[in-house]
Amino acid sequence: MKIYATYNIKGGVGKTTTAVNLAYLAAADGLRTVLWDLDPQGAASFMFRVKPRVKGGGRALIRGQRSLDDAIKGTDFERLDLIPADFTYRNMDLLLDKGPEAKQSRKLSKLLAPLAVEYDAVFLDCPPSISLVSENVLHAADTIIVPLIPTTLSVRTLEQLTDFVAGFSGHRPDVLAFFSMVDRRKKLHREITEELSAKRPDVAATIVPSVALIERMSVERSPVSVFAPGSAAAKSYRALWAEVRERLE
Amino acid sequence: MTPGLAGFVVADAEPHWNDALDSVMAALAETFAIAPERASAPRGARRRTWLDTFDWRLYRAGLLLEYVTASRAGQLVLTSVGASAAGNPEPVVQPVTGWRAAQPCLSDHLPDGPVTDRIAGVIAPRALLPLVTVASTTSVTSLLNEDGKTVARLLIERPVITAGHIGTAGSEARIDLPPRLSVTEVRGYPGPARRAARIMALAPQIEPGAPGGSPEKALLDEALAVIGTRAANYSNKVDAKITTDMAAARAVATILLTLLGAVEVNVNGVLRDTDTEFLHDLRVAVRRTRAAIKLLGEVLGLADDVLDQFAADFKWLGDVTTPVRDLDVHLLDFADMTAQLKAAKPTDLDPFRDFLVQRRAREFRALARALRSPRFGQLTADWRATLTTIADGKPRRAGQPGKGAAKRATPDRPAPLASAQTAGALATDRTGVAFRKVARRGGAITRDSPAESLHDLRKRAKELRYALEFFAPLHDKQAYGAVLGDLKRLQDCLGEFQDTEVQIEEIRALAEAMLGAQAVSRGAIARTVLAMGEVTAALATRQVAARDAFENRFAGFAGSDGQRRMAVLLHRTGGAA
Ligand SMILES: Nc1ncnc2c1ncn2[C@@H]1O[C@H](COP(=O)(O)OP(=O)(O)OP(=O)(O)O)[C@@H](O)[C@H]1O
Ligand SMILES: [Mg+2]
Repeated sequence: MKIYATYNIKGGVGKTTTAVNLAYLAAADGLRTVLWDLDPQGAASFMFRVKPRVKGGGRALIRGQRSLDDAIKGTDFERLDLIPADFTYRNMDLLLDKGPEAKQSRKLSKLLAPLAVEYDAVFLDCPPSISLVSENVLHAADTIIVPLIPTTLSVRTLEQLTDFVAGFSGHRPDVLAFFSMVDRRKKLHREITEELSAKRPDVAATIVPSVALIERMSVERSPVSVFAPGSAAAKSYRALWAEVRERLE
Repeated sequence: MTPGLAGFVVADAEPHWNDALDSVMAALAETFAIAPERASAPRGARRRTWLDTFDWRLYRAGLLLEYVTASRAGQLVLTSVGASAAGNPEPVVQPVTGWRAAQPCLSDHLPDGPVTDRIAGVIAPRALLPLVTVASTTSVTSLLNEDGKTVARLLIERPVITAGHIGTAGSEARIDLPPRLSVTEVRGYPGPARRAARIMALAPQIEPGAPGGSPEKALLDEALAVIGTRAANYSNKVDAKITTDMAAARAVATILLTLLGAVEVNVNGVLRDTDTEFLHDLRVAVRRTRAAIKLLGEVLGLADDVLDQFAADFKWLGDVTTPVRDLDVHLLDFADMTAQLKAAKPTDLDPFRDFLVQRRAREFRALARALRSPRFGQLTADWRATLTTIADGKPRRAGQPGKGAAKRATPDRPAPLASAQTAGALATDRTGVAFRKVARRGGAITRDSPAESLHDLRKRAKELRYALEFFAPLHDKQAYGAVLGDLKRLQDCLGEFQDTEVQIEEIRALAEAMLGAQAVSRGAIARTVLAMGEVTAALATRQVAARDAFENRFAGFAGSDGQRRMAVLLHRTGGAA
């Protein structure tokens, strides 16, 4: 079982969009896949038309009193399941902030371990922040997928994350950034994406353009590959998924 | 997606199938939004051929085996249809390539895999035969909630029989079977699937597909019925339709007709050489026929010379089948034979195997000629005509079907006393006599008795076994089981004692014949004959062990406990008569 997390401290950069599309493609690729919507706002759950509510409460789930199994919902797509968001995730930091400090950031990892029986791929969709939740996510993941908006600052964001992860003892996740919402008409976008993709091995060759079709996902409430399989947007997510998968092999 | 929650089948007659489906859909549409399946794996077309041995070994073991093809890929799928209410274990799946669905497949030709691992022991040495082929297309409809989310699925499968491999309608005609409907649950949404199943259960045009059973089995049973047959309709048990107070003559004729049926039904499999057990079962039926003629024949009321002629003809039939069976036995034992070699290499026996195979081919041609001969056809036709007249209880007329019957027919003789008996009385009488014979002769055997006395006891034990089996339907099940178990153990011991001796003799004769054939080099022959010597040595060891076990086995069967068990059996049967 491989664990993928979409992560960025910043909001609105395309984390959820990426998690939803890549999870769909992983399942379509034959992997038994589950996506955990960790954001109390429940955007990913919404995309799959699943109510943002965990049976028996998110609190019991995080505390390990209820098994993740009970919370899992089948999506409309074969091999793709979802663990919905829950309102109580707002306070997830408080739920994780129990017990010896060394273990606090490994709780999510432990909760996920039993899923290996049933799943080949887990996607974690994170809320934007630096918190105990995100720290947990970073520790649990095999690959951290970082959507970057092409600005000069974005490089710093990536470097900070890489440094942070490098400080981990034991398991260290692979970090793969990619440019998201790229506007080819903007000179700055072109310059930044071209330079960084060439220079940094942790920046994917694939870029995801800024297109209205992607915004339509929240109207269609499904991955872009489902309602516009031939579109450029669908193609770039396919290319991105291929890159992500290849890196782990 | 979880497997089918509830299965239904359209109950209406064929012209109304689509109307029935429409009204089910309409009923569901009152609760769910309905949409054809969106981007999901295509289920589409599937073709499956059910497979089993001629004697239904899988079916009887609660297993269903299908060769399934969908979008070119083929696989063997094994399902358990045990009666457990908790649901059946997941099917075992084994992908296969180049499977020929219309052909028999011998157990040791099965490709390696999990299904083979599971079934090889059950079916060996029989071949898998295709039973019936059903092609089906499945359409999937999503049942959606208010968010447009799929919360359950409705599967509609339309099966069509495309080939009946067994049964009278074994044609290529396409026969539609009623559509199957099932609801499947989406994980985490148990409620909607239950609701959908409830709605469907109320629809008048459909009914539960397999109440308390497996839908797979229900479909197979239905397909078999349509092609004019049913599952598990053959076994090598006698199982004649007789009752205690039937006239003895009719009962015996019925038993013999059942045995004749067993002879005839195996002929095709023998001639096609599908597997060795067709011949084995045919031989068993012939032996039983001969024993029945000997033990019970006189109650048929036939003239002595007529009965003697039939007895002689069945002896001929038994004899012509012997050489092939003997060779089959050596070939079936071959793996064990090579495994127990100590000094010789397993490959040393290869020339022996080649020789056996060659011989068998020759003997098989002779056997096939005999089974295709007019003599065989005449024998079965005459025997059937003769027995049918008696079983129907009508007076015999001259000029029954078959020239031989006319020739053999004799004027009615005054009914002998025996034919006034009931089947129950006959059963107790003959079984009792046979038992006392076994008890007396076996009791006289000591450590110093010659081998011949054990061989003779084996014959008597066989007769007793046949007497018990012929009348099995009349006996109390429990009392019968108690007697039969010990008898079988005694017979196994006597069989081992004699068969090992016979096999040693045969191997010696074969060794000589091989030397005569000079097909192989001298060096190879020497090694092979030495290895065969080892085989005979192992057989001799087994024979000694069987001799040592005899006293115990005999005491187990015919000692005071055994006597009591037999008395109970005969008392119950006689009492009921
Ligand atoms: N490539 C793209 N082109 C155009 N619009 C995009 C693209 N990717 C994402 N969007 C839009 O941007 C908005 C934010 O995207 P998304 O929700 O995926 O980001 P996020 O990082 O998960 O946000 P949050 O931090 O709030 O969780 C959404 O409206 C989405 O439709
Ligand atoms: Mg988000």
